[in-house]
Amino acid sequence: MGVIILSGVSISYFLKGIRPLIWLIIFTVLLQILFSSGGKLLWHFGPFSITDQSLINGGFIFIRFLLIIMISTVLTLTTTPLAIADGVQTVLKPLKGFHFPVDTLALMLSIALRFVPTLMDEMETIMNAQRSRGVDFGSGSLKHRVKAAVPLLVPLFTGAINHAENLSTAMEARGFTDSEHRSKYRIYRWQMKDTISWLVFLAVGVLVLGIRKW
Amino acid sequence: MKNIIQVKNISFHYPDKPLLFDNLTLDVHEGEWLAIIGQNGSGKSTLARLIDGLIVLDKGQIIVDGLTVNDQNIFDIRNKIGIVFQNPEDQFVGATVEDDVAFGLENRQVEREKMHEIVKKSLMDVSMLDFRNRIPANLSGGQKQRVAIAGIVALSPKIIILDEATSMLDPRGRNEILDLVYQIKKDNQLTVISITHDIDEAANADRVVILNEGRIIDEETPENIFQNTGQLQSVGLDSPYTSQLLAALKHRGIKPQRSYLNDEELIAWIKQLISKK
Repeated sequence: MGVIILSGVSISYFLKGIRPLIWLIIFTVLLQILFSSGGKLLWHFGPFSITDQSLINGGFIFIRFLLIIMISTVLTLTTTPLAIADGVQTVLKPLKGFHFPVDTLALMLSIALRFVPTLMDEMETIMNAQRSRGVDFGSGSLKHRVKAAVPLLVPLFTGAINHAENLSTAMEARGFTDSEHRSKYRIYRWQMKDTISWLVFLAVGVLVLGIRKW
Repeated sequence: MKNIIQVKNISFHYPDKPLLFDNLTLDVHEGEWLAIIGQNGSGKSTLARLIDGLIVLDKGQIIVDGLTVNDQNIFDIRNKIGIVFQNPEDQFVGATVEDDVAFGLENRQVEREKMHEIVKKSLMDVSMLDFRNRIPANLSGGQKQRVAIAGIVALSPKIIILDEATSMLDPRGRNEILDLVYQIKKDNQLTVISITHDIDEAANADRVVILNEGRIIDEETPENIFQNTGQLQSVGLDSPYTSQLLAALKHRGIKPQRSYLNDEELIAWIKQLISKK
């Protein structure tokens, strides 16, 4: 909760994040409430039964879902894709020892993220172009819809290959050889904030381990 | 004048295609603005890629600033040449404007402090500093080409190749880019090779080479090239605007002495005509 308030993200974004998963949450919580056994029996009908234990379990699951969604919302809303790509690179750095191509992966990730809006625009253009030629997207039977996606996907695919070819030429012309032997323009420095947040994280972690009983 | 690029008797063909260049020879003088014009498929872009070593020659030799284009020299040569390609979208590597300008510097393992300095200066040169945190999706085509130029200026090359760099821009963006490259060329004493089918772009060059089906059919100053409108048309190129105007005047009975004048000459000539009457 503290994280959510500190992030300054408005509540409506969290609600938006929860909305698509609401049915999954309701379904799992109900299942948990109706089918788990143990504890004092409160109500039962045929195979369904509600006990105090199952109500508590349901509540836990609900809170867990909420927390997962909220934390991922905080991450995606407060951090730019670029920073996330750099973060992935930093986190994976130890894998370099196992000859895992971390730099290449990071470059791939950053190029992929950079091309997302470009390809979205292109998809829009192709869709409109095909619509103007009489292709009907998004109506009819499932089979019909899958068929209608072909004139969208094939040009998008060939377009992506063209992008790749031009981009690789341009990269090479600007002196790119491989992603190992490069310096880095961006750098993320460890700040006081980082120390504080890690300390809080550790404190909460220790506390959780302490009160957890098994 | 010193030749900065010497293309000596080169031959080249793409796989499964007939010979594109057969014994082509071309010199580029230091400090000149050379325009290479020709139709689609005449080999203009291929020539640019051969000079930068992006594709490999069949026969012959290309020498860039004293270095032969081959596997050993390739990186030294690419340090001397900056290419701006046609599609602004496809040459934007970085996630933001400043990352893109820094890309070439990162490849050369420039120190971070120095890199930030150079990136800032280069973006200032193309007046894009205020846009340094933008992502490419939020830039116009002309702005992306400016960033591409900044990325090249950052590497301070001796030669800039514009490979139809203005062909996907609107007229205003095109003029801005050309003015910008002209300014950068003047400030840093660079050599510019501009590959184009825009005849008005070629009109401002020091020298024009017409390439047709892999052969050079003429190399001259723009004034002399454009006198010969028949030759331009025979290789499928338009004549410049002023030539069209002069031809239309001729058609209506007003006889100019020459078939090409630049804007100032044309204005002076028309003034003279009017004052005579």
